[in-house]
Amino acid sequence: MSILHTVNKSPFERNSLASCLKFATPGAAVLLIEDGVYAGLRGTTAVPLITDALERVKIYVLGPDLKARGFAAERLIPGIGVVDYAQFVALAVQHAKVQAWL
Amino acid sequence: MKFALQINEGPYQHQASDTAYCFAKALLEQGHAIFRVFFYHDGVNNATRFTTPPQDDRHIVNRWAALAEQYELDLVVCVAAAQRRGVVDEGEATRHKKDATNIHPRFRISGLGQLVEAAIQADRLVVFGD
Repeated sequence: MSILHTVNKSPFERNSLASCLKFATPGAAVLLIEDGVYAGLRGTTAVPLITDALERVKIYVLGPDLKARGFAAERLIPGIGVVDYAQFVALAVQHAKVQAWL
Repeated sequence: MKFALQINEGPYQHQASDTAYCFAKALLEQGHAIFRVFFYHDGVNNATRFTTPPQDDRHIVNRWAALAEQYELDLVVCVAAAQRRGVVDEGEATRHKKDATNIHPRFRISGLGQLVEAAIQADRLVVFGD
């Protein structure tokens, strides 16, 4: 049973992304929303965490939240998908549960 | 598919209510349904009708109310969280001898059982908070 995890905290503020990735099983999806989108950027100390996780789980960033923080999709680590709210809904439908890491 | 949404944060302080609103709007536009939106903790502040943001800002309370009007949504405010924060309807005003009410008429005050029921009845429960 696959789960959609949502992470809304910057990895430079709290360790909720690390906690989430510790529990996310293969086939799960992680959607970075709100300040969580900072984890998806290239050239930060969070890159090893993300690249390691990309081998097991799918990682997405909520596009409007990325744009609201002044970043273009080109700034993201390769392998991360960008979704809009409609695709956020589609991810919630595709997965059996949605778990928010608040 | 039937969704239930839980919102734990108030308007203008945290993005949770904005994210939840955009998510709700997107799912309704796709033809999915919302069984209930449950406002918990500071989320109860999304229901105060006296909210008056500047004219060029989004009106978070009215925006929820308008969406509820359009899609006949059930917007429920947690009673214990509402009492602590002074979100009052007619019933609560009478019971606690308050001189006014401040809840928006599109919202209603009820208990945690409503969240439990929503979690059971809906296919997905999605939580937005801090």
